[in-house]
Amino acid sequence: MLRAVRRNKTTMAGIVLTLSIIAVALLAPWITPFDPLEQNIIRGDLAPGGEHLLGTDNFGRDVLSRIILGTRISLTIAFSAVGLALTVGSLWGIVAGYKGGKIDALSTRFIDMLMTFPTVILGLMVLAVLGSGMGNLAIAIAVAITPRFARIARGSAIALKERDFIQAARALGMSDTRVIFFHIIPNVMNDILVVATLWTATAILQEANLSFIGLGVKPPMPSWGGMIRDGVNQLLFQPWLSIAPGVAIFIVVLAFNMIGDGMRDVLDPKTTE
Amino acid sequence: MLRYCIRRCLWALPTMFAVLLFIFIVMRVMPGDPAYAILGEEAPPEALQEFRRNWGLDRPLIHQFAVYIGGLLTGDLGVSMANRQPIMPQILRALPYTLDLTIAGSLIGLILGVPLGVFTARNRNRTIDYVGRIISLAGLSVPSFYLGILLIFFLSFKYQWFPVIGGGDLSDPWSRLYHLVLPALSVGLSQTAYITRVTRSSFLEVINADFVQTARAKGLRENPVMFKHALRNALVPVVSVTGIYVGILIGSSILVTIVFNRPGLGKLMVGAISTHDYTMLQSIMAIYAGIIVIVNLLTDLAYGLVDPRIRYR
Repeated sequence: MLRAVRRNKTTMAGIVLTLSIIAVALLAPWITPFDPLEQNIIRGDLAPGGEHLLGTDNFGRDVLSRIILGTRISLTIAFSAVGLALTVGSLWGIVAGYKGGKIDALSTRFIDMLMTFPTVILGLMVLAVLGSGMGNLAIAIAVAITPRFARIARGSAIALKERDFIQAARALGMSDTRVIFFHIIPNVMNDILVVATLWTATAILQEANLSFIGLGVKPPMPSWGGMIRDGVNQLLFQPWLSIAPGVAIFIVVLAFNMIGDGMRDVLDPKTTE
Repeated sequence: MLRYCIRRCLWALPTMFAVLLFIFIVMRVMPGDPAYAILGEEAPPEALQEFRRNWGLDRPLIHQFAVYIGGLLTGDLGVSMANRQPIMPQILRALPYTLDLTIAGSLIGLILGVPLGVFTARNRNRTIDYVGRIISLAGLSVPSFYLGILLIFFLSFKYQWFPVIGGGDLSDPWSRLYHLVLPALSVGLSQTAYITRVTRSSFLEVINADFVQTARAKGLRENPVMFKHALRNALVPVVSVTGIYVGILIGSSILVTIVFNRPGLGKLMVGAISTHDYTMLQSIMAIYAGIIVIVNLLTDLAYGLVDPRIRYR
């Protein structure tokens, strides 16, 4: 599979792009040309060019520096959300699929019910209850995508549990918990990780959506969605304020989508050949 | 077909009930005490007590849930906690705008997406296919609200072809449509990207299937084979995912209504979140859930229509 991934140009381009973006996020505090939080009204509303490559906002903060710091914030929220959803969703799905019976039937109903809600609406619902902020935003996104992981993990667990090596482990008297942790989880992880790259793209989009509504990180910390919202009122005269952070969202989401798309091609070659 | 329709409709009822129960638990039980949330931590105990009594929050939860369901069934959604106005008329005022946007966006997605999917599939691995795939992948990567901002910037500010904000006058079809174009494109173009991709991959699966080869072997010309045999079968998966995509569209339309400052459920909902208006939120959620359950029901029925085998399962 690794070789097939390496041969797929879209995936490789996506991986290179994603790694560069992660590097930008990690190095953010050292590579921003200006302090992303420092206000300087005298330099406010400068057009892109010269010292400030992407201009400044009305507080005189450098837009490029804020976008770079925003990369770190967006990725932190998206990765935390996906990590949380992956852990909770996989365990939930695996236990339901492995146990079967009434637990499974009930949990499948619940998953299906949760999946009728669009992720934005579910996210808004959670934020309405928890309040805004970085941690709550990650939880809200996680709640919205957890059912997706649960569904995939359940399917894989059901397929696995009839396999000989699992039956053998049980016949040897291994407890359910041990079977799940030592045999099921390691074998389900491949499917789950492919799904995780796809849902990271969604998580970043959701972060942008919910920050745009104003429920994300609190000012003065920059988030891409929040920057777009702040710039929207000046769209006519300072369009770069909204347009530049949108381009950042586009590039990052595209990078993850390219990986996911390529992975799907590798797993399901019919669609490309 | 009638029996299939009735069975599907009956199935939707328990789903709707479960969804309403879930919304009730999240909105009414999880926030703790709405009295604290609205009046603040320092409010005098008498005020908190009176607030709870006025809104029926001192009653048992089962009773509160029964009142909520009873209200939904009789069309009485109660009164907004924030502006003390009845909720139903506010929702009815906003609903046409939301439905206009949902329907127009979905139509744009289907009208552009299906032909594009077929076209790229038939030109598989040619330049045009690669270009189409890149554009549709890019389409998935742009948030709809950002697309809306770009459309405003170019088509309203630069060229002044369309109005910048507002929802238009509902009684004037021309104004209603004119104000709908840009918001509908913002959500519709993302839909197009989704539908193009799923049509392409499903068409590719069908294109080499035995029954298509047989049709060719019979000496049928390529176009009837493609459109009569292949397309109809390729549409089955497309129909089945349209329901999911309409759900995504409804979610992104909330943000697009904010960009265009357009009346609608989305705007009402964001306002309700900022004022902690739990009664309003609960009602809007119920209406959204109702729309989604109905959309899923319709796609299931369409599914039965496109693929007769489903009806007999």
